[in-house]
Amino acid sequence: MNPSAGGLLGRQLEFVAALRRAGLAVSSAETVDATRALLAVDLMDRGSVKAAYAASLCKRPQHRRSFDTLFDLYFPARVGDGSDRAAEEAAGLGEDGDGEIDPKALRELLRQALLDGDTDLLERLARLAVTGLGRADGQPGRQSWFTYRVMRQLNPDTLLAGLLAEMLGDEERGGFAEKVARSTIAERMRQFEEAVESEVRRRLAEDRGADAIAKNVVKPLSEQVDFLRASRDDLANLRRTVYPLARRLATRLTARKKVEERGRLDFRKTVRASLGTGGVPLQTLHKPKKPHKPELVVLCDVSGSVSSFAHFTLMLTSALREQFAKVRAFAFIDTVDEVTRFFDPGSDLAGSMARVVREADLVWYDGHSDYGHSFEVFAERYPDAITPKTSLLVLGDGRNNYRATGSAALKDLTARARHSYWLNPEPRHQWGTGDSATHQYVDLVDEMVECRNVEQLTAFVTTLLPG
Amino acid sequence: MTEAVTAPVRPQFASVADVRERLGRVGYLTDDAIATTVFLADRLGKPLLVEGPAGVGKTELSKSVAAATGAEMLRLQCYEGLDEARALYEWNYKKQLLRIQAAGDAAWDETHDDIFSEEFLLSRPLLSAIRRDDATVLLIDEVDKADVEVEGLLLEVLSDFQVTIPELGTITASRRPFVVLTSNASRELSEALKRRCLYLHLDYPTAEREKAIVLSRVPQVPEQLAEQVVRTVRALRAMELKKAPSISETIDWATTLLALGIDTLDEESVVTTLGVVLKHVSDQVRAVNELNLS
Repeated sequence: MNPSAGGLLGRQLEFVAALRRAGLAVSSAETVDATRALLAVDLMDRGSVKAAYAASLCKRPQHRRSFDTLFDLYFPARVGDGSDRAAEEAAGLGEDGDGEIDPKALRELLRQALLDGDTDLLERLARLAVTGLGRADGQPGRQSWFTYRVMRQLNPDTLLAGLLAEMLGDEERGGFAEKVARSTIAERMRQFEEAVESEVRRRLAEDRGADAIAKNVVKPLSEQVDFLRASRDDLANLRRTVYPLARRLATRLTARKKVEERGRLDFRKTVRASLGTGGVPLQTLHKPKKPHKPELVVLCDVSGSVSSFAHFTLMLTSALREQFAKVRAFAFIDTVDEVTRFFDPGSDLAGSMARVVREADLVWYDGHSDYGHSFEVFAERYPDAITPKTSLLVLGDGRNNYRATGSAALKDLTARARHSYWLNPEPRHQWGTGDSATHQYVDLVDEMVECRNVEQLTAFVTTLLPG
Repeated sequence: MTEAVTAPVRPQFASVADVRERLGRVGYLTDDAIATTVFLADRLGKPLLVEGPAGVGKTELSKSVAAATGAEMLRLQCYEGLDEARALYEWNYKKQLLRIQAAGDAAWDETHDDIFSEEFLLSRPLLSAIRRDDATVLLIDEVDKADVEVEGLLLEVLSDFQVTIPELGTITASRRPFVVLTSNASRELSEALKRRCLYLHLDYPTAEREKAIVLSRVPQVPEQLAEQVVRTVRALRAMELKKAPSISETIDWATTLLALGIDTLDEESVVTTLGVVLKHVSDQVRAVNELNLS
């Protein structure tokens, strides 16, 4: 490495270390690639440098957000107040005589930028606003910057009405045009807020060093998000990861023991093999037998204590249902009902979930989880659901409110099923504590696994061996 | 490591700006990330893995690179059950059989050497790409559809750019093809394969770029309409849809509206043409509700 690049190389190593801390698996070969890529592009072009790093270091879309945040921290676009301040003043950007920034003028500029969708201007305004409005003096000799100070003084939400009026002109209110305009403005406002946040981070990093800030700003990756604590956004991200997994889960659960059983004669292969024996087909070759149709029964707890997890289980159920016709889904709180019908292929997921809660008959007594009663009702009402070909998948935390566990009913069910698995969203060390009846259930199923995030779900799916 | 590889890299592009300009000339509008990544793949001779939702121009990108560099494009479409015989090479057994029968009493050794020669080899896209002397773009489409074993095969071919055929010996590329792999991310590709590739995530473009794309693909469309279409599509993408509309659907929509002679997008025209953008009934119902179309 050329010695003049020493500083840059050092920076790159810090950056890679931060990426690894944030959960990106960057190999050393990839670091070498990144360096090669860096030497091939114009180092003065920040966009190219970023693209070069992204191409060689960040190979999963769900890691992209962490990557962007960290890149901005370790390779900031400017230093201090920024060198293009002169240009901004020349453009007359909201500054009055004594060098203070006038929030009103800034607001007016922001309104214009939001109306035109001028991304460059939005970013420059964000920088200016943070410099002018976001600073607060912290401990002596230190400065702090806050997003909320900027947002409170500029208050972009109050611009909405004016923007809408201007964007719609004399078009009719309340209809389609307004919806589209609202969505457009919301997207631009989000852009502005993100720009402000990133500028605040950059300023903080300048003061405290990138490493210190990097530790706090990177959110957990979607595969590490705890199901029990997932927020709305997290769940949307989860959905993207869960669908492909559901497919694999269903194939694994239902795979045949002997895949190599004979199928139809494979003529091409047979003739080709016969060449070794002078064209005499001594050995016949067969196509692999078609995998048999999966039969899967999902039994999931949708009570309040696991509502985020329930969201996930319903998501998983819907994904399974979409790909395999022979999936039957049952939900329970203190009694059980079949919910397969809500998840017909082609139905809308958010709508299906709402219907399960509204229409399915899940409450019998008081609306608190009752596993025992649910298992008994299930065994009694749907005796035909479980056959020797079925795989049973139970999803729930096993918190039974100290009620009867119904282990006999569950034992009978699992004995009839070909496989049975239980996915539990609680950490293993909490199993059996308090009202958790996990210990009574754990030996009844083939396997009970802790499944708190997508990482664990993936691990479960991949280690699950057919047989 | 890659240095040990004998297949020489012959870059086609001079700079990132050159990529942008030449792809622009064949009608593919790039942004920073696309131009830089294509440039690097070309310069470093590494395969380029392009991932993203359907219809954002992944396949189009490799076609455009081929057009811009005057290279021939070879395409390997992946599907479940794709095997070595379809991807790499296989022996033409029918012809071999004929040869054996025609040989009659001739010595077996001679016949054996003869039937495993060039003449009886059926070259599939991977082998063809390696054997070509001219500039080549190899598109390996929808890798995520293929089985995991195919990834192993690709790893072998793409890291050394050589293929060993037991009866013929090792064939090494005389020049490295520009390799593009695409994936819809319906399953996660193996880490090993990802490590060997440069990665580009193609997502829905920014509003400005999408408008530029619509205007360049459907030049007759009025700018005002293009703006409305792009905004509406973005509003649709913000909803929880099963299949969010992609660039190709935006373009189709603009084309449809133009063909119907509609020059401003209002509720009625949206409802009548929504099928062009949203391909699921449940999505259409949802859009109609959320956009107050009914």
